[in-house]
Amino acid sequence: MDLNDTPEQAAYREQVRSWLEANKADAPPVRSTRAGAEDTGYLAARRAWQGKLAEGGLAGTTWPVEFGGQGKGPIEMVIVNQELARAQVPGVLDVIGLGMLGPCLIAHGTPEQKQRHLGPMLHGDEVWCQMFSEPAAGSDLAAVQSRAVAQDDGSFVLNGQKVWTTNAQFSSFGLLLARTNADVPKHKGMTMFIIDMSAPGVTVRGLRQISGEAEFNEVFFDDVRIPAEHVVGGVDNGWATALTVLMFERLTIGLGSQGFGYDAARFAAAIGTDPVARKDKAVRKTLGEIGVELLALRFASYRGLSALSQGQIPGPESGLAKVTTVNAAIAAGDLIADVLGPDALDEDDSEWAYMISFLPGLKSAGGTEQILRNTIGERVLGLPPEPRLDKGIPFSELRAKEKEGAAA
Amino acid sequence: MDLSLTDEQEFLREAARGTVSRFKIVEAAREALDDGLGALPDLWPAAREAGWPGLLVSEAGGGAGLDVFDAMLVAEELGRVLAPVPFLGLLPATALLDGAGYDGLEAIASGEVRPVWIPTRPPGDLEPNWTVDGAGAARPAAPAIEGDGDNVRVTGRAAYVPDAPGADLLVVVGVDGTVAVVEAGAPGVAVEQVVRYDVTRAVGHVTLADAPGRLLSVSPDATADAWYVAQALIAAEAVGTVQTTLEMSVQYAKERFTFGRPIGSYQAIKHELTEVLRRLENARSLLFYAGWARADGPDEWPLAASAARSAAGGALDFATRSNINVHGGIGATWEHDAPLYFRRAQLTRRLVGGHGDATDRVAERLLAA
Repeated sequence: MDLNDTPEQAAYREQVRSWLEANKADAPPVRSTRAGAEDTGYLAARRAWQGKLAEGGLAGTTWPVEFGGQGKGPIEMVIVNQELARAQVPGVLDVIGLGMLGPCLIAHGTPEQKQRHLGPMLHGDEVWCQMFSEPAAGSDLAAVQSRAVAQDDGSFVLNGQKVWTTNAQFSSFGLLLARTNADVPKHKGMTMFIIDMSAPGVTVRGLRQISGEAEFNEVFFDDVRIPAEHVVGGVDNGWATALTVLMFERLTIGLGSQGFGYDAARFAAAIGTDPVARKDKAVRKTLGEIGVELLALRFASYRGLSALSQGQIPGPESGLAKVTTVNAAIAAGDLIADVLGPDALDEDDSEWAYMISFLPGLKSAGGTEQILRNTIGERVLGLPPEPRLDKGIPFSELRAKEKEGAAA
Repeated sequence: MDLSLTDEQEFLREAARGTVSRFKIVEAAREALDDGLGALPDLWPAAREAGWPGLLVSEAGGGAGLDVFDAMLVAEELGRVLAPVPFLGLLPATALLDGAGYDGLEAIASGEVRPVWIPTRPPGDLEPNWTVDGAGAARPAAPAIEGDGDNVRVTGRAAYVPDAPGADLLVVVGVDGTVAVVEAGAPGVAVEQVVRYDVTRAVGHVTLADAPGRLLSVSPDATADAWYVAQALIAAEAVGTVQTTLEMSVQYAKERFTFGRPIGSYQAIKHELTEVLRRLENARSLLFYAGWARADGPDEWPLAASAARSAAGGALDFATRSNINVHGGIGATWEHDAPLYFRRAQLTRRLVGGHGDATDRVAERLLAA
């Protein structure tokens, strides 16, 4: 068991570390989205910092060299993330673009699309957003209803709505999944498009969450015209293109910063401020159980990195870490608030109030706990899938079929 | 970052799997439910042949000089098939004896003399004299080790000591943390074999009445270390058992149909088995943590070993109950193997400090940091 870098990795780490040492004075402070998402000055500083990281080779680590990346592997990306955290500076602003959408364009885009978009994306000049989920298409993503209708000149006209769109309020472009053919089964009639967020008919509205702030957006499309050359990966081939994005999403989350700062020692320190709670058997039992769950994640991530070093890509089982993190943090929030009382719910002064508000939504983000358990049960344990009512049925007839099913 | 097993570790694990596969343990255990321990195969000769008594004994002492993580790989294989090898009582004892440079290590490494560790006092526990067995006033007094120089007298009692029956040498941790070695045949020593719920696990009550022994020269750290070695081994063994019950459950969930569908297609079953997997994987991650900490992170070793015990114990409880649920009523009968694993979980949870003590130690360590 060797937790150390190989000589090559150590050399790369040293290179990254010295670059950060030389340049970190230019970095804006690390801030949560809470303080950052609506502060245009801060966003400008983050964009500039992303550009600087790109010039220094610390952005787009896994992108091919011909598109401005470093052509490295996922381990090097982890090293960059670790060193950014160590230097206490923010990483790139556009994690979604660089981690998921850029790699999708690299895989499926036309030469013109790559030429036009990848450079500004990498340097933070143009931020991107991912427009997949809809009010009625979340876990069942292939149920998207946004319609893009082909016109005689080859362009499309888009109508519909997207939701949970991070960064849409300051994005220049987005990658959008829309239905282009409703007369075939639902996985077959979708197309991926590049959307110009400044196009007429695109409306972005903040979506307030429990905490009161808007980290996500709703995006509405009214007769938005999409040029033919904005199709990515072929008309009616959107599902395959979307799967590429989702694969990179898993990788990006898997290689990202560990566990949102939900750390056993940090929770214990909060409890430990109360001398009575420290000795309370019930508190200690709960804290011990939470601690065990969170401690497991450290070596779970090392196991993942070890597999990655040997060329394996994280599979669906990586979703188990998310289930563990979220539930342990929810239990910790409850315990801490039980110990500290209503002071813990002070939204101006308590770090715990924000965490408590954030977690119920996180339970569904990036795959609900239930859908993760379905996927893991089927793909890892090999259990049989649930029977489906939508197999082989044209999308246009599905709604009637669903109503029939509900009435039965 | 490389957590993959070395070729030697793969070999050790495969060899352990091969060794235990020669015995029909589960079948014998079902018969033993009726007949008691006597019906189980004797795995000690095979364990000696495999070199397990010497795993943690240094090469100078005639052993293999391996790490606790290596021994945990063997423990996991024992747990998979509920193998009645006296491993849990043996290895902490050999670690203590080896650390103290005990005279007679070669006979111990070869298995000619089998020592057993008497885990009387959890190190650093909040309640002094607290032993791991019996309720309230019934808690026996931890052995007191008294005398001048190396020759001592040992008096006290320890209950439910894993692998005590048949051991040749008792490595007794006294109430003050000192350690004495007592011959099992010495005057004043009584080891009562107990069959308690899990027939595949040998336990015994040890009574010492002014028994003569020799003081073992060990530091308090070494005494504590033996405790955590045992915790880590229990964790590894439990992970093996969870793996087996999960495989049983998944297999059945694919084959059993209700309302025209395999039951594994229902989310109620699928999600419960995914929860077994989640707990199993967390426990397995903590085995790596414990193994790493024992070798390279001594400050974290008590936390890591306790966390591993707690996670694996929780997984074992959950998995063995879930295995019964998935099988339905038949899983709760002697017609099926599921009760054997359930019995293993029930007793294990209460041995060597118990699951609750391990969880409390995690809290204690986190609060103290």
